[in-house]
Amino acid sequence: MTTILLIEQILNGLQSGIMLFLMAAGLTLIFGVMGLINLAHGSLYMVGAFAAAAVAAATGSFALGLVAALIAAAAAGALIELVVIRRLYDRDHLDQVLATFALILVFSEGTRWLFGSFPLYLDVPAALSGPVTLPGGILYPAYRLLIIGVGLLIAVGLFALIARTRIGIQIRAGEADREMIAALGVDISKLYTLVFALGAALAGLAGAMVGAIQSVQVGMGEPVLILAFVVIVIGGIGSIKGALVGALLVGLTDTLGGVLLPLGFGAFMDQSAATSIGSALASMSIYILMAGVLLFKPTGLFGEG
Amino acid sequence: MKFKSLIAAASIAALSAGSAWADAHMDKVKVGMITTLSGGGAGLGIDVRDGFMLAAKMAGNENLEVVVEDDQRKPDIAVQLADKMVQSEKVDVLTGIIWSNLAMAVVPAVTAQGKFYLSPNAGPSALAGKGCSPNYFNVSWQNDAFNEAAAMWANDNDVKNVFLMAPNYPAGQDMIAGFKRFYEGDIAAEVYTKLGQTDYAAEIAQMRASDADTIYFFLPGGMGISFMKQYAGSGVDKAVMGPAFSFDQGILGAIGDAALGVKNTSHWSKDIDNAANKTFVEEFQKEYGRLPSLYAAQGYDTANLLLSAMEKASVTDADAFRAALKEADFESVRGKFRFAENHHPIHDIFMREVVKEGDVVTNKIIGTAAADHQDAYGGDCKM
Amino acid sequence: MRREAILNIVLFLLLPVTAGAALLLDEPFIITLATKAAILALAGVGLNIALGLGGLVSLGHAAFFGLGGYAMGILAAHAQSYTPLMETPFLIEGTKSMPVIWLVAIVVAGLAALAIGALSLRTSGVYFIMITLAFGQMLYYFAISWPAYGGEDGLSIYVRNGFPGLNTLDPIQFFAIAFVVLALALLLAGRLARSAFGLALSAARQNAERVETVGLAPYRLRLVAFVISGAITGLAGALFADLNRFVSPVMFSWQTSGEIMVFVILGGVGRLYGPVAGAALFILLEHVLGGLSEYWHVYLGLLLLMVVLFARGGLIGTVAGREVAHD
Repeated sequence: MTTILLIEQILNGLQSGIMLFLMAAGLTLIFGVMGLINLAHGSLYMVGAFAAAAVAAATGSFALGLVAALIAAAAAGALIELVVIRRLYDRDHLDQVLATFALILVFSEGTRWLFGSFPLYLDVPAALSGPVTLPGGILYPAYRLLIIGVGLLIAVGLFALIARTRIGIQIRAGEADREMIAALGVDISKLYTLVFALGAALAGLAGAMVGAIQSVQVGMGEPVLILAFVVIVIGGIGSIKGALVGALLVGLTDTLGGVLLPLGFGAFMDQSAATSIGSALASMSIYILMAGVLLFKPTGLFGEG
Repeated sequence: MKFKSLIAAASIAALSAGSAWADAHMDKVKVGMITTLSGGGAGLGIDVRDGFMLAAKMAGNENLEVVVEDDQRKPDIAVQLADKMVQSEKVDVLTGIIWSNLAMAVVPAVTAQGKFYLSPNAGPSALAGKGCSPNYFNVSWQNDAFNEAAAMWANDNDVKNVFLMAPNYPAGQDMIAGFKRFYEGDIAAEVYTKLGQTDYAAEIAQMRASDADTIYFFLPGGMGISFMKQYAGSGVDKAVMGPAFSFDQGILGAIGDAALGVKNTSHWSKDIDNAANKTFVEEFQKEYGRLPSLYAAQGYDTANLLLSAMEKASVTDADAFRAALKEADFESVRGKFRFAENHHPIHDIFMREVVKEGDVVTNKIIGTAAADHQDAYGGDCKM
Repeated sequence: MRREAILNIVLFLLLPVTAGAALLLDEPFIITLATKAAILALAGVGLNIALGLGGLVSLGHAAFFGLGGYAMGILAAHAQSYTPLMETPFLIEGTKSMPVIWLVAIVVAGLAALAIGALSLRTSGVYFIMITLAFGQMLYYFAISWPAYGGEDGLSIYVRNGFPGLNTLDPIQFFAIAFVVLALALLLAGRLARSAFGLALSAARQNAERVETVGLAPYRLRLVAFVISGAITGLAGALFADLNRFVSPVMFSWQTSGEIMVFVILGGVGRLYGPVAGAALFILLEHVLGGLSEYWHVYLGLLLLMVVLFARGGLIGTVAGREVAHD
């Protein structure tokens, strides 16, 4: 393999990591603040993608589609927080897993009810549809560079939000001691709805942005949900920094594993066996990574406790 | 053959265990349709059902009764529904299954119990060869067919070096093997992706770096949509080819312009010029308000095959009914259609190109890739 | 008698009475459904030992369910084709005998639970849920991409495996086998809960430090519980595969783990008969709602939500009151 190709693959790994981060950030925020495992986070991702596809098809504008994704996912998030999720904060993880598993069923089939069984059309805006040339002569899709840019912006924005703003202070206080901030007169239930809607909006944005280069279909949220869980568990649940590092690790492992493992096995066995064993191992690689991390750090790389 | 004696043992045991063969009704035919109507992949099952029901409605034959059940794309549910169809509903004919793995779970058991099975989609190689059955009729295609035809077309059309890609599971490996069986040029690379993979940046980078002139891939459903969108944005300008599954009507709408120019092989296209097909395309749009897909065409053909056999024989006389099915005396929307000895189709496979007609992205036939194509497994089939 | 005890007797009799009535009415498919309920209840009984008794929320029990299924599939496939499983260093032949297959399924699933548990139990809480999920996913992807035993297509076994003295192809006889196995597992689980081991495990769930101070290691208690739990779920997997005469990687999927957990919750966590009630209710819903609407998952989801939010003890808790009896 040439150096240029390897660099391009590393770039691909980082880019896939950034896409995962968009999803994982909301998940880890919600866990960090409210202590809630939300399996339905993938459904919010799907809601974002479907809203973007519907609005982009109606108006012809991708930007309006993104706005719609943010609004729809935030609204759906706020709604389920008010109706269902807030009853789960003081429950154990088991109840949370089940209730949000139930929400997946409702969201998936409800979306199919509304939009039908066929995948929807959502494409990148024409201005970003081609590749650009990077230093070193690498051709890279412009839209993927946009995803990397947006992902990094959101990472910076989230760090700033938590470190610098009033809400950030409340969030950090809430993580440390829930009774304390209630005693300080902060309306904790409003804060929780807000944080949940923010997490949902991030998932919706991820769904819309990624949906433009993938397939907008019912059930699209589940594979990425599992990956996002792997990410936040590796990074340490509740840590935004952990989510970023975990996402990049998972993205790199997944991409490079798929490319390098078949090549590696090819060095000492015949090609078709190497391809099949290499591909099989590659599909397990991120789970092996996660199990490995938890063995040495049972609460993830940046987890507390 | 050990395989066969086991089947025989199963059928005798099942009969003695109280299978209800006795109360089959004169001339009436009860069909059990097990197909995917919910969850991912529901679009395919809905099309097969709608195509089948359209043909049944147009024929207006009151002796045809259809029971439809949803398998949720789960093999264990499909097996239980098959038990229900046979044990409780007492159907004569089963049909409807979309996926190879579900077909492998259901078909051997129901044919062993003396029921007929008509496959409106999916043709795993095992059922065409060693595992063939006198009561199993494939009205769609053997899994390798589109790929073999694509390879023949590639040989004739100056394709010198291909990059092969499919998901790492049996159907994916079969498809690639089918292509390689007839392809004579060079192979730049053979890549197996994760089933359900959504990001193909790494594979596209390998394609760019390779010296292939053509990409040949099989990625069904959402995987194909994701790949085509990402490929179009990558600036790689190698020709793209594949079997029809990633370029069918239900999927093209989601890929959009990114699919334009792609060549794909299929036994059916809405522009095949024959009366039956014209009627079908017209009536389907009138009934359901959307363009038919190849799955709908297969459902429609399946129903018409069954109706043609019902005209000729009573289902209570299994041998006569089987012979009537074998004759395939119906107007197939794909034009020529007959059954080979292993009850799999002999038909033309066309090469289509994705084009834009007005605002609609759709397929157009550009030539015949393989005339009177027959699968490669018939030799292993001993009925 | 307490209400729960009466309810347990009713639940215990529910399946055989249903199957018996179906036999009289000549509705063999109902017997098949009752058999499925019994087998899924068995899987739930297994999970309930980890979940209810040990407080170990495993989202990876599909791993054991699938291993049991594949133990059956692989042994029967080799017996069916008359090819030995391995010849070196010593000869292992396939088999079509249920008791042998069960034993293998229990041992394989138990060993897997030992390995997975030994690693996973170093973590706790959400991390435990997620690491068990990860192990399940590993096996799922392995089963899909490993071509030797059918990959995603799975493996079909054309004739149900045999049990000495019975015709397993007769639905009612196969039901009887599944039901007796379930009854034995319930007996075992009941005695386990009342044993010194079960009490210590329960105590460790409620307060791990207190158990440590009396000189017991919670880690080892939990590991033993996890192994027993995995082995029972593995046995259920072997029976489930025999019911369908088919195995596929779907048995390993995380949705399968979720569904086994749903049986336990629908019935009532930590209730001995919870999985029986839950599995029966689930099968009933699947067939009643599934017949009403293509979109029946919406209703299933809403119902599950109601149970979690408003009927925390599950079905048994709602009928018999909140107090969970471990005595």
